[in-house]
Amino acid sequence: MSALISSSIARKVVMALSGLFLVLFLAQHFTINLTSVIAPDTFNEWSHFMGYNPLVQYILQPILVAGIIIHFVMGIALEIQNNRSRKIGYVRYNGSANAPWTSRNMIITGLVVLAFLGLHMYDFWVHEMAYKYLEGNPEDPTRYYAETVEKFEPIWRTVIYVIAFVLLALHLWHGFSSSFQSMGWNNKYSAGLQTFTKIYAIAIPAGFVFIALYHHFNPITH
Amino acid sequence: MNLKLKVWRQSDAHAKGKMVDYSISGIDGDMSFLEMLDILNENLINEGKEPVEFDHDCREGICGSCSLHINGEPHGPDKFITTCQLHMRKFKDGDTIVIEPFRATAFPVIKDLVVDRSSFDRIQQAGGYISVNTSGNTVDANAIPVQKEAADTAMDAATCIGCGACVAACKNASAMLFTSAKVSQFALLPQGQVEATERVKNMVRQMDLEGFGNCTNTGACELECPKGISLDNIARMNREYLKANLKG
Ligand code: HEM
Ligand code: SF4
Ligand code: FES
Repeated sequence: MSALISSSIARKVVMALSGLFLVLFLAQHFTINLTSVIAPDTFNEWSHFMGYNPLVQYILQPILVAGIIIHFVMGIALEIQNNRSRKIGYVRYNGSANAPWTSRNMIITGLVVLAFLGLHMYDFWVHEMAYKYLEGNPEDPTRYYAETVEKFEPIWRTVIYVIAFVLLALHLWHGFSSSFQSMGWNNKYSAGLQTFTKIYAIAIPAGFVFIALYHHFNPITH
Repeated sequence: MNLKLKVWRQSDAHAKGKMVDYSISGIDGDMSFLEMLDILNENLINEGKEPVEFDHDCREGICGSCSLHINGEPHGPDKFITTCQLHMRKFKDGDTIVIEPFRATAFPVIKDLVVDRSSFDRIQQAGGYISVNTSGNTVDANAIPVQKEAADTAMDAATCIGCGACVAACKNASAMLFTSAKVSQFALLPQGQVEATERVKNMVRQMDLEGFGNCTNTGACELECPKGISLDNIARMNREYLKANLKG
């Protein structure tokens, strides 16, 4: 078992499974966010459910946080090891001759996403914790929509969100399909699966960008 | 053709090494890259200088000895060839060509452009074999029926010549393509089943011990491999490895 954990393939499997888990989470997050554009009342309802349901709060949320931590700690560990594997570099290295940019820069796109997650946690999670536990405010199942739209009023935040999602798209463009290769899941469905991962990598981040821009350009007028 | 060369010179494994500039003239487009280096070395010897060490043997793309990282790519700009199969017509008069050894911590430089690829031998020795009774009642390999597709795929994997271009190209200096080819050529055949579980575990363990990097699935190895070894082999090895470990 310990041999398994320290092996390069096992580390890749951890990377792939945590990545796939985050991909699933992203789809769920997107679905909820989309309701903020098409059905604000549903958005309030679902947000309230997510914020107060004990299963979500005490089980799913910690699993999500663990998933993110495992993914980025492993990503950094792999990066350090990979740098050690070529201590003396090439004078000339034509990386673009044989591999796409997205595949060679997963650590960069990943770290930008991580930096964005910092801002995102501050914007929503820290605020939520303060509201619920520090200030001890009562439950208000109607506040979420207005709070969310308000967040996208400043142009700087909207721009940061858009940039982060472009980098997430680049991360997923390579990462989503790569995770199947890591798991050794290639069979007669692979070609179709590849197409699906590429569509997902563009469509979901583009959807998030749309939502951010939509709220920025349609502020709630008081 | 007149060319400028920038060549890595390093007197031994412990020396620091540096790029040295050379000019060379009278190069014909029909010459191979190694013939061009032969001329460079003749010139150097005539000038009383130390010739450039580089690996080569068959000079027809089958032994895997010739290495060289040329203008930022293993085996130079062409695809599906070794350095001995690279023609000088791929370059233009006046070009500058940067020539470096394959770089990987697991491929230390011995001298100039020659690297020690015995880490590959040790991966192979860790499991790249089958047990055959040779004590007088050897069974003819053809006596065991093999499905045509499996035989073809195993043969494709077995065309790996162990050159190390996959490691040299990979941004992580990963040896997954080589190791997976050597695992696959047996994993697909009935003769390879006896040691299947131990083989993949031992070969992967040795690969990690040698200090090769992790695979990011960039696909650089497949494109630079002179034999076109497929990334499918890596997926197969990952699958075999997981299966072997889950079995215990
Ligand atoms: C928290 C910040 C993140 C960092 C630092 C990060 C870093 C990385 C790195 C370095 C890799 C490549 C590992 C390798 O194969 O060498 C990777 C792969 C991957 N990442 Fe991320 N990532 C982050 C966030 C995300 C998110 C939010 C998602 C999904 C929504 C995601 C999905 C994936 C997937 C699917 C892979 C492919 C795994 C594989 O190749 O097997 N990552 N990540
Ligand atoms: S897989 Fe291809 S590039 Fe790698 S050692 Fe074998 S023949 Fe050379
Ligand atoms: S010298 Fe044998 S493959 Fe090039």
